[in-house]
Amino acid sequence: MGIRFIIMVNKQGQTRLAQYYEWLTLEERRALEGEIVRKCLARTDHQCSFVDHRNYKIVYRRYASLFFMVGVDGDECELDIMFHLEKAHFMLEEMVMNGCIVETSKANILSPIQLMDKAH
Amino acid sequence: MEQLKTIGRELAMGSQGGFGQSKEFLDLVKSIGEARSKAEEDRIVLSEIDILKRKLLEPDIPKRKMKEYIIRLVYIEMLGHDASFGYIHAVKMTHDDNLLLKRTGYLAVTLFLNEDHDLIILIVNTIQKDLRSDNYLVVCAALNAICRLINEETIPAVLPQVVDLLNHQKEAVRKKAIMALHRFHRKSPSSVSHLVSNFRKRLCDNDPGVMGATLCPLFDLISEDVASYKDLVSSFVSILKQVTERRLPKSYDYHQMPAPFIQIKLLKIMALLGSGDKSASEIMYMVLGDLFRKCDSSTNIGNAILYECICCISCIIPSPKLLEAAADAISKFLKSDSHNLKYMGIDGLGRLIKISPDIAEQHQLAVIDCLEDPDDTLKRKTFELLYKMTKSSNVEVIVDRMIDYMISINDNHYKTEIASRCVELAEQFAPSNQWFIQIMNKVFEHAGDLVNIKVAHNLMRLIAEGFGEDDDDADSKLRLSAVESYLQIISEPKLPSLFLQVISWVLGEYGTADGKYSASYISGKLCDVADAYSSDETVKGYAVSALMKIYAFEIASGRKVDVLPECQSLIEELLASHSTDLQQRAYELQALLALDARAVESILPLDASCEDIEVDKDLSFLNGYIQQAIESGAQPYISERERSGMLETTDYHSQDHHEVPSHALRFEAYERPKPSSVPTQASTELVPVPEPSYYSEAHQPISTSSVSERESSEIKLRLDGVKQKWGRPSYQSSTSASSTPPQAANGTSSHPDVGVGSSSLKPRSSYESKKPEIDPEKQRLAASLFGGSSTSRSDRKSSSGGHKPAKGTANKPPKENPIPVQPPPDLLDFGEPTATSVTATDPFTELEGLMDYSSQDGGSTDVMGLYSDAAPVTTTTSVDSLLSELSDSSKGNPGTYQSQTSKGPNSKEALEKDALVRQMGVNPTSQNPTLFKDLLG
Repeated sequence: MGIRFIIMVNKQGQTRLAQYYEWLTLEERRALEGEIVRKCLARTDHQCSFVDHRNYKIVYRRYASLFFMVGVDGDECELDIMFHLEKAHFMLEEMVMNGCIVETSKANILSPIQLMDKAH
Repeated sequence: MEQLKTIGRELAMGSQGGFGQSKEFLDLVKSIGEARSKAEEDRIVLSEIDILKRKLLEPDIPKRKMKEYIIRLVYIEMLGHDASFGYIHAVKMTHDDNLLLKRTGYLAVTLFLNEDHDLIILIVNTIQKDLRSDNYLVVCAALNAICRLINEETIPAVLPQVVDLLNHQKEAVRKKAIMALHRFHRKSPSSVSHLVSNFRKRLCDNDPGVMGATLCPLFDLISEDVASYKDLVSSFVSILKQVTERRLPKSYDYHQMPAPFIQIKLLKIMALLGSGDKSASEIMYMVLGDLFRKCDSSTNIGNAILYECICCISCIIPSPKLLEAAADAISKFLKSDSHNLKYMGIDGLGRLIKISPDIAEQHQLAVIDCLEDPDDTLKRKTFELLYKMTKSSNVEVIVDRMIDYMISINDNHYKTEIASRCVELAEQFAPSNQWFIQIMNKVFEHAGDLVNIKVAHNLMRLIAEGFGEDDDDADSKLRLSAVESYLQIISEPKLPSLFLQVISWVLGEYGTADGKYSASYISGKLCDVADAYSSDETVKGYAVSALMKIYAFEIASGRKVDVLPECQSLIEELLASHSTDLQQRAYELQALLALDARAVESILPLDASCEDIEVDKDLSFLNGYIQQAIESGAQPYISERERSGMLETTDYHSQDHHEVPSHALRFEAYERPKPSSVPTQASTELVPVPEPSYYSEAHQPISTSSVSERESSEIKLRLDGVKQKWGRPSYQSSTSASSTPPQAANGTSSHPDVGVGSSSLKPRSSYESKKPEIDPEKQRLAASLFGGSSTSRSDRKSSSGGHKPAKGTANKPPKENPIPVQPPPDLLDFGEPTATSVTATDPFTELEGLMDYSSQDGGSTDVMGLYSDAAPVTTTTSVDSLLSELSDSSKGNPGTYQSQTSKGPNSKEALEKDALVRQMGVNPTSQNPTLFKDLLG
């Protein structure tokens, strides 16, 4: 199953990062995120990390104050993402392309981004 | 995790410096972060939109500033507002020479635009330029953008360059070029069909990242055309082997697991290649076995790989060893406390059950726990499993459960799905028509607006056709029970439209059929329906047609018809209805009331909904009338062809003009009239209407009955199969009885309240240690789900038939009383013979008991011993003897068996078939317990 989107949401249900691998209009995205977030936030920690929503299966994981939706788990401070939204996106772009996981080596993911910073 | 820590560090490092970010931006982020509600967030974003609209108009915005504005635009869109006013600035930024700005531009564009957006054309040129760049990071940025922005038309513009880049010296570029090609293949397979060999080539790339990326397109290609890639089986297996041997760089490790995502992708590909291919599967046995042995089931990622192995094994043709290893992994998942693992266990069970149907029985209690778990996701997954394992022996329990669940949820998407599954299972496995109707009633009552209209037609047809055999008595009983159930339901508020249609139709056809209910009672009910759902024209139409039938049957049988005042007022109301259809029906009803018995009988014969309608398309019966008319000076009929070109609107009857004031002439054909909307008077006068079919229908006796009858006869129903299914003996006799191990007496007596079905004993092996107290309710459910003949079935049997197998339950009579609601299943069919004479030689029972005893005795080591002790006879012979026992005992004990055979499904044939099935299912397991040890050992 391909990845259709990756969303990061905080505990209040506000979107903090979103990448879609299929095109949805702004309204569709808005509605989708609202519904998913409502479903996931209502779940307790000991329930399983999968939620069915329409034709999507959402795999989510809560880490600290953030919900990573679609199997991206991690250790992230919400503010770091907020202040460096583009960087978080760049990393995601290294990891996931065409809805497929293409790179999982942290060295390979980070090196282009670090190089870009250096050149800057 | 470590990886994301690193990434998090990377992000955090930037934020400490905070370089280049204006106070405005920091404040924006801060206020969004502190927003306590969506409304507050919206307010902040809306004011931000105003600010940015102004700022973006300023001249000479410094680049760094512009980058920040673009990020702020990204925020606006991410939080659900339109930022299209700033798109063009993002497009411009892609032209920038500075890499960071360029990439930010590309990022924003890929987030804002879809591939068909007009602005894309402004970027293609930039992409082309960037693909030629000396800086490989620029090339990567362009390739990233290609994966998001290039559509079918623009592929040729960049394709040659992308192909060149497949051999770029930098692995990052090769990787992204592969993914760009992958994207082209998805968008337009023909555009790259000559290039697919590149994917094979890149699979051998020195860089593991490129190799790993290549698996993505290869997976797509192989799922489209497995045969062309069979030669790669050993390559994939060898790659997987090397990955598990830690040949990849450490940086791919995740929780000490080497490159798990690459492993998972490889397993997925192997599942495709090994499906239905014995020799390909065999190549994989070794590495799969290794994986089962090596996988660390204490980490999520280890379990993820185990799960993927299970999926792979359920697709390929597995060895018995692997099957056992998969079953073992599943049972570990199911026993876990983690809901994620349980979920995977249920999912894996659903996959494995296809190739190894017996496997679910070992886990019945775990499955039931999941079914009753408050976690909705787990519950649904379990329903999916139950759906896959439904058979005639457990259909009642499963469908009842599904319906209860269906009633309890609000999610229409899932409600529709589960309703259609209930219908499907009921149609396929229903033990009786009565039950089928009950189930359909429930589905209609609670999800009537969501189910397919065909389901309603199907039900009406079933009620009309009955059992299909020449058993009129049974048919009328069925109809009466349907009528009775509908009369009960009909006054409930807010029934779905579709259900009311069915109710009205059935009440009309059969409401008064056997004289139990008077015509005025039924017609009163129908009027109530029409009144209560006055805005639903379809329901009203059905109700009026039903009324018409009721009155017609009364007239035809020579009784005087008293039209109730409320019916009278309904008819009057509909005579002036805005709906021509309703008006039509009302006029017909009115006309019918004035006819004599003979005429009425030929218009609406009793219970004729299943009769074939023969259409005399030539209208030959009119010949005499026409001849007469011509002789008396009428114009001869001019055929439609002769008339073409001189069509006059007056040719059409003005029957529609009440409702459709025609503002202009209509020259196109009118839509095909509804059969029932033919004015009654039309049948008595000749009007040259150029619609032959229209006419012939009007003259058919049944034409006045509702549209649905017509439709239902057109729709291809699955009922034929259903009938066969129901008529045929089914498997219900199976497990619970046959699984009664003779030793069960001990087990049962020590747990008097779990002696429901002997099969319910088995899971104790896995559960006893954790949960000594098992809810007897669950035990019963388990017995009915997994144990073949269901509890409820036997309840029904015992209450109706009044028989109890004398010997089968001999050792548990006291248990009947403590649980008056659901007495223990009498283990019919199989129980008695097993208990009487086959006990010692029945290998199945021994086998079923294996799990129990091994763990009850505290040692799994004597599994084989137990087996060989208890089953000294070879399987085949014992089955034979079992069968002969069965037939003997069924002859010898007419009291016990006759009542079952008379019900249909419980005949000897079913037992025999079932015995065979069991034999086949059992054989492999009986051989394997030690093999598995080899595998692990």
